[in-house]
Amino acid sequence: MSHQAEFKVWRGDSDGGDLKDYTVEVNDGEVLLDVIHRLQATQAPDLGVRWNCKAGKCGSCSAEVNGKPSLMCMTRMNTFDPNETVSVTPLRAFPVIRDLVTDVSFNYEKARQIPAFSPPEGVGPGEYRMQQVDVERSQEFRKCIECFLCQDVCHVVRDHDDNKQAFAGPRFLIRAAELDMHPLDSRTDRAVFARDEQGIGLCNITKCCTEVCPEHIKITDNAIIPMKERVVDKKYDPLVWLGSKIGIRHD
Amino acid sequence: METKNGVDTPGRAPIAQPHLRTDNWRKAPLWTFIGLTAFVVYATIRVFTQSAYFVEGANFHYLSPFASPCLSDSCGAAAEFGTWGTFPQLIPLAILTLPFILLFRLTCYYYRKAYYRAFWMSPAACAVPEPRAKYSGETRFPLIMQNAHRYFFFIVVGVSAINTFDAVKSFHGTEGFGLGLGNIIIVVNVILLWSYTLGCHSCRHITAGRINHFSKHPVRYWLYQKASKLNGKHMQLAWITLGTLVLTDAYIALISLHPNFDLRFIG
Repeated sequence: MSHQAEFKVWRGDSDGGDLKDYTVEVNDGEVLLDVIHRLQATQAPDLGVRWNCKAGKCGSCSAEVNGKPSLMCMTRMNTFDPNETVSVTPLRAFPVIRDLVTDVSFNYEKARQIPAFSPPEGVGPGEYRMQQVDVERSQEFRKCIECFLCQDVCHVVRDHDDNKQAFAGPRFLIRAAELDMHPLDSRTDRAVFARDEQGIGLCNITKCCTEVCPEHIKITDNAIIPMKERVVDKKYDPLVWLGSKIGIRHD
Repeated sequence: METKNGVDTPGRAPIAQPHLRTDNWRKAPLWTFIGLTAFVVYATIRVFTQSAYFVEGANFHYLSPFASPCLSDSCGAAAEFGTWGTFPQLIPLAILTLPFILLFRLTCYYYRKAYYRAFWMSPAACAVPEPRAKYSGETRFPLIMQNAHRYFFFIVVGVSAINTFDAVKSFHGTEGFGLGLGNIIIVVNVILLWSYTLGCHSCRHITAGRINHFSKHPVRYWLYQKASKLNGKHMQLAWITLGTLVLTDAYIALISLHPNFDLRFIG
């Protein structure tokens, strides 16, 4: 079974653009990326769209579908009413390059700022030994495919471009949590880094990052809030500070 | 000239509409607004009117959680932990605990999400622009005080112990043991209050969340797993306990006005 569906696809670049109307064939079992490819093949050969795996694992085809940050390859067409007009725009938190393609280099800059995994002295590659139970929290965050939907939806930078300098965004706060919770990471300053350099205090835990994550990582509950609690340990809790000073608390 | 910020920032895709969401995104913040406002109005009225908060019979002893521990001379038999003189009308009978319960819920990670979205619209819904041009999150006073949540958690553990004492005491009236619908409501409320409190994110951190080697601390890890399980239902428990607090208080108010209405099973 197939039907003709209505779409509004944003076409343009940073100088200007518009939502253009298209009518495209939709077949049973298709996802939005299939339809965008059909549009490209039949009506708009110059449509700019970034994609790769078509399986929700590369994080390339991020866009905003009916205003919600989504992976086009994971957006099933049968979730829309056949008579519904579906809007497709580029991510709105990042500079646009053309059509549905945005410049996400902000994220790579933030990634580079994070101190790398630091194993204990004397433990070389191939010598890492750890219990599964100790490392499984960090493993949840390794599921991240870097689609940057969480970065796009986070109002701290989406609605306040001036915060981009101070705030790393949810993707890199889970990276901070991944490393800080890792049983073999020897750095003890990651929570302080999260506060002072990644701006974790700017997050007001409204959970949009969790809502849009295609890997269903519990970004807020399992990464950001635990990191906020670790920041409290290091910076705001006088009893923890006192305990560390008199030697009854060892972190 | 005003600098464009947010989705209108130069360089981003120039799209006329501030958002393109087509679903009913206003529904969730609206219901949150209504629910929290209704609770605050009810609790404020009940706390400050100081009436119908306690009833004692031959086989029951019901004290509202909004008045526990009752510390005024006017509490009579409801004063289970001594009194601090006669309170004027505007001083809550449970002045020792209510401010901390309020602060515990106000700094709770779930309620923060709820009221930031519903009351402050920061943001009202995902990918819907917030109305303010400037944003500093929880980095400045007063919101930096959200970091004190764990202290309120510790205090509220004590408050939950008092609620537990009240629940045990509710079975014993002037003439002995009894069981009525009021006891069941009070006990269920206390169980749910413990579930909400022990599922708190700070509790999860304190049990073992802050350590990196669970395998070296099996007891703490076991506690962490239990706290995590409750934490998964933290939002639901946050709402359910608001409901059971109101239900418990309203039932006790009803029985204090009409003692014979209590459905009795024993005694």
